[in-house]
Amino acid sequence: MTQPVSATVPEALRAEGIVKRFGPLTALSGVSLTLRQGEILGILGDNGAGKSTLMKILTGFVPPTEGKLFVHGEEVALRSVDHARSLGIECVYQDLALANSLSVYHNLFLNREILYPGPFRLLNNRAMRRQAEACLEQIGVHIPSVTLPVERLSGGQRQAIAVARAVNSKARVLLLDEPLAAMGAREAGLIIDLILRLKAAGGLSIIMIMHNYAQALEIADHIVLMQRGQVTYENRAESTSVEELMEIVRREYRVVRNE
Amino acid sequence: MSQSKPGGGRGAVIDAVLRWRELSILVVALILVAYFEAANTDFLLSDASLQNLSQFVAPAAIIACGEIMLMIGGEIDLSAGMVFALTPFVMHFAHQAGVPLLPAVVLALIASALIGLCNGLITVTLLVPSFITTLGTNFLLNGVTLTLSHGTPVEAPEDPIFAAIFGNWGYSEIIWAVAVVAVMHTVLRRTRWGLHTIAAGANPVGASEAGIRVNRLKIGNFMLAAVLAGLTGVLESFRISSIDPQAGGNSIMFLAVAAGVIGGTPLAGGSGTILGGLIGAFVLGVLSDGFTLIGVNAFMFNIILGAAILAAMLFNIHVGRLRRLGAMR
Ligand SMILES: Nc1ncnc2c1ncn2[C@@H]1O[C@H](COP(=O)(O)OP(=O)(O)OP(=O)(O)O)[C@@H](O)[C@H]1O
Ligand SMILES: [Mg+2]
Repeated sequence: MTQPVSATVPEALRAEGIVKRFGPLTALSGVSLTLRQGEILGILGDNGAGKSTLMKILTGFVPPTEGKLFVHGEEVALRSVDHARSLGIECVYQDLALANSLSVYHNLFLNREILYPGPFRLLNNRAMRRQAEACLEQIGVHIPSVTLPVERLSGGQRQAIAVARAVNSKARVLLLDEPLAAMGAREAGLIIDLILRLKAAGGLSIIMIMHNYAQALEIADHIVLMQRGQVTYENRAESTSVEELMEIVRREYRVVRNE
Repeated sequence: MSQSKPGGGRGAVIDAVLRWRELSILVVALILVAYFEAANTDFLLSDASLQNLSQFVAPAAIIACGEIMLMIGGEIDLSAGMVFALTPFVMHFAHQAGVPLLPAVVLALIASALIGLCNGLITVTLLVPSFITTLGTNFLLNGVTLTLSHGTPVEAPEDPIFAAIFGNWGYSEIIWAVAVVAVMHTVLRRTRWGLHTIAAGANPVGASEAGIRVNRLKIGNFMLAAVLAGLTGVLESFRISSIDPQAGGNSIMFLAVAAGVIGGTPLAGGSGTILGGLIGAFVLGVLSDGFTLIGVNAFMFNIILGAAILAAMLFNIHVGRLRRLGAMR
């Protein structure tokens, strides 16, 4: 069932046998997957399949119950979000992790603020403002002003800010949890463009959790299907189709119903 | 870079009002001053009434600084007034035991920090809402203070210079208040601590996903609020040269919370202003003194205070909603 991936491309991130239990509930039961450098890995799966939980383990936000992680081929035990960040792993969570009442530039630099030197370590707002403008300009995100509070932006703009924040910190591995959720076609198109631009710029490997099969096949290089805490199918995007994925999911439903 | 300005004329007005939230309440304050000045020519221009006003404003403003930091994080400290009452007794007993005055004050403030630590730990680790936690410590501390003091006041330690600096001289309390407000305003607006407090109040899960240690922030702010309440208690006891177990209490705590709310800090968390808290305390002081001077009784003051709190809350909620509507257009 599994197609051999081009073994020549080095891996950026690999998970091996990840298990996560929340008390009696097993959210992940032995998940393994590999993200190749410069590629986009699309993760599909139903609600509650464990996608977000896997994501949080990959960012060091939640420790796995069992399993190993490899970053650029080296095994690491992620201790915290900051630790994962220091290894170049950045994440945009499903809930975006933006502080709505704070300005765009404060959000872009949240927990990574630029400070004036000196004993008081005051915020260098001017530098953050300037760099935020430059960063958004560079990745082609247009908003009226970086001093606006984030709550004044549209859903797509907010998503773009969250992506920009992740990219802004020289991420080498970018994790996106449903970046296109609840977004109209036009806004989704803008975010897809942004992601593809970031990929084309090079140096970035991306894992994207998605719900729309057609969108996933269009953007991703490699597809992973998760069901009930397991990877049940994976393939190169060009070697599979929406029909095939739908069929697998339908088969799963029949199994569940007959149980 | 810029595409179009958000909102139209109305959006711009709301923006300006929000950006200058402190300004709108300041305008209210000035109108009140002008009114009372016209009604009673002595209102602000006599030394006695100025001192009187400043001594009303200072305690509320200092305690408000701590409450505002907590309110931004979605928390509140109902025990502040009881920390206010207990702290000078800790100082008194330490001094009686032979500790010099300044270290005794420091010791007392450390004790209030520990109370704040307990408030914070119970709230954060045992997941008790801070309203309940501090309601409990409110009664508990009141009982402790009354027990320790046998319910009777004692004289404040005698040291004229020290006492003058710590509240006995007419304007020293307001100088403390302005200094505390200046420091706390800077902390809120210009440091990571303040920024993270706002972020954690606006989106606790998001803030921790961004790597911010939300619990540590909260506990720190509980400690800060308790220390400021304790400091106020010490200042007040030197001002009246007496340590009274019945001093402070719930009325000063609610006054401080009211100052914060009137100044533009909603209880919901995620935003707030320290400067607004000072101006809010000033408004309350002007109302209180003004009514006294023109001969309106204290009951009237409570009616006006209640109305002012409601009006401030309505203003906050309503303007916030208008702003979100503006964002959607
Ligand atoms: N902190 C937690 N404590 C207990 N259970 C949790 C926790 N986080 C997730 N779960 C459970 O783990 C399972 C997987 O959740 P997860 O959020 O990873 O699903 P998902 O695939 O991201 O779903 P969705 O498509 O709805 O985002 C769910 O049953 C969820 O209730
Ligand atoms: Mg999810």
